[in-house]
Amino acid sequence: MDWSFVLTQTLTQAIGIQAIIYCLAAIGLNVQFGYTGLLNFGQVAFVAAGSYAVGVIVLTFDLSLWLAIVVGVVVALVIALILGIPTLRLRADYLAIVTIAFSELVRLTVRSIAFKDVLGGAQGLNGKLGQDFHDTNPLPADFQSLPVLSWTRQDLWVVIVGWILVALFTLLVWLLVRSPWGRIVRGIREDEAAVVSLGKNVFAYKLQALMLGGVIGAFGGIVWAVAKQSVQPDTFRPEFTFFAYTILLLGGAARVFGPIVGAILFWIILAGTGEFLGQAIQAGWIDFLQPTDVGNIRFVLMGSGLIALMVFRPQGIFGDRRELALDAK
Amino acid sequence: MPNDQAVSDSIAASARAALSAVEPRPGVPKPDPIMVADHVRRSFGGLTAVNVEHVEIQRGAITALIGPNGAGKTTFFNLITGFDDANEGTWTFNDRQVAGTAPYKLARIGMVRTFQLTKALSRMTVIDNMRLGAKHQTGERFFAAILPFLWNSQEKSVGQKAMGLLERFNLHEKVGDFAGSLSGGQRKLLEMARALMADPELIMLDEPMAGVNPALKQSLLGHIKTMREEGTTVLFVEHDMDMVHDISDWVIVMAQGEVIAEGPPDTVMKDQAVIDAYLGAHHEAQLTETGESLTESSDGDSA
Repeated sequence: MDWSFVLTQTLTQAIGIQAIIYCLAAIGLNVQFGYTGLLNFGQVAFVAAGSYAVGVIVLTFDLSLWLAIVVGVVVALVIALILGIPTLRLRADYLAIVTIAFSELVRLTVRSIAFKDVLGGAQGLNGKLGQDFHDTNPLPADFQSLPVLSWTRQDLWVVIVGWILVALFTLLVWLLVRSPWGRIVRGIREDEAAVVSLGKNVFAYKLQALMLGGVIGAFGGIVWAVAKQSVQPDTFRPEFTFFAYTILLLGGAARVFGPIVGAILFWIILAGTGEFLGQAIQAGWIDFLQPTDVGNIRFVLMGSGLIALMVFRPQGIFGDRRELALDAK
Repeated sequence: MPNDQAVSDSIAASARAALSAVEPRPGVPKPDPIMVADHVRRSFGGLTAVNVEHVEIQRGAITALIGPNGAGKTTFFNLITGFDDANEGTWTFNDRQVAGTAPYKLARIGMVRTFQLTKALSRMTVIDNMRLGAKHQTGERFFAAILPFLWNSQEKSVGQKAMGLLERFNLHEKVGDFAGSLSGGQRKLLEMARALMADPELIMLDEPMAGVNPALKQSLLGHIKTMREEGTTVLFVEHDMDMVHDISDWVIVMAQGEVIAEGPPDTVMKDQAVIDAYLGAHHEAQLTETGESLTESSDGDSA
């Protein structure tokens, strides 16, 4: 049993690229669901928009990555408008239904054979997607690895910039939610009619929250495409959105640092149990499981953990119990 | 404060004087209406909930909108505040055509309402509830919100105004508490104070007395009178006639969606149509203070 391997692998993944991607998606959800109360079950569509913007602009059209980032943001804004304008005047459930359907619609469209020339079909887009970014890598060319964290030179640069992005968006969310703007969206989360009666254009605020959350999610997709140098349609399944919700709830919805804590915790649990079980099976400690079971077992554990959290600490790690204990109506 | 009392009396007196010459009949024109509604109709399937031919609300007065349960008072309220869409009809606010206007826009031009089921935002603090009411806040704009120096000073003045109102409504000790921790009556007070943060010209209170204990009722009545003294026009829905009698300058009675009577409180309460609406047209009994004889007629009665 190689404990140090389990620990380094867990730590590397806990603050690694996947954690950053999910963290960005969860920050977006925090704006939409945590603060504004919008049930966006299609966050993965925004992530896909970011990834595919990079894939299509850089690979299909052979243009600059920086242009791709701008396109990714614009596409995310357009998606938010398409989803929001018809549904945000209706009750909250409608947005949930429409967004989950839309996210599958996006995945099935981008992987369809009809757009294979542009979007790459089921194989997705693979190539030097993030070259413009990786060319900016300031790390020494002979860089091997950090002491404990086993990232390559390329990955480490993505991780550094990724966490800077997380910090910037967290700062943005912090500034927004403590402002009068944040007061309005929190009011909307609780009772739209009350906010309308005070002369606030609730629809516009909901749309702004949806757009902002979508753009932050799209940055998750951009990081993904740049880091993996590949865009795969089937990674954008609805599970992605549900994992992002899990992260949000773990950390505590409507808490500025909720998504960061949640993402790290999520990957500690997922990677930690995975690596531990894998090692334990190899060492012969556990004989009733096969190495192929590990992938599923860790989600069973994650689910159980989430249930336990909802029962014993429904406000999440950072949430305010007082705030939750009050009846909302 | 003898002077205040005198001023209050004179404002109340002038509001009543302006209305004294007005003939007490449904749809009567008023000398200085802040709101005029015409042919407002709303039906739900085959049921016509509201069918108001013509009604005017006098500026500066306290007008009560009363009627038995199911008379269409709240529906009419929702229609003119834009929270529900009328099938037909037009209405003006300050001579401005406002039928079909979005409810938030109506609030911005000075028509602010409260709700029958109090909508205090329970997971926000009392002071945040109050601040939410203030109009024209720079920090409510997305990009300005990111730059606190643009709105910090305004936030301070909004906070001071809120504190002033909270003191007046006796909620100043609850400033930092979540609104959800307040009692039902305190939530009513908070909602009323919050509406005043928006500087309404016409404040519309939907059953402000519902579910409030008698002691607090007196204080709520006092607050409503104070609003009139400050020049705010008050329109409130109530189905309890006794409460209305005390403070209103003018009473509009609705039954089955229509305005059936209008007039000063004393006149209206003697009106046969009103008594019929409340007690049913065929009741034989004398209307008494104790209400004992109500047992004889149960048709059309409202609890």
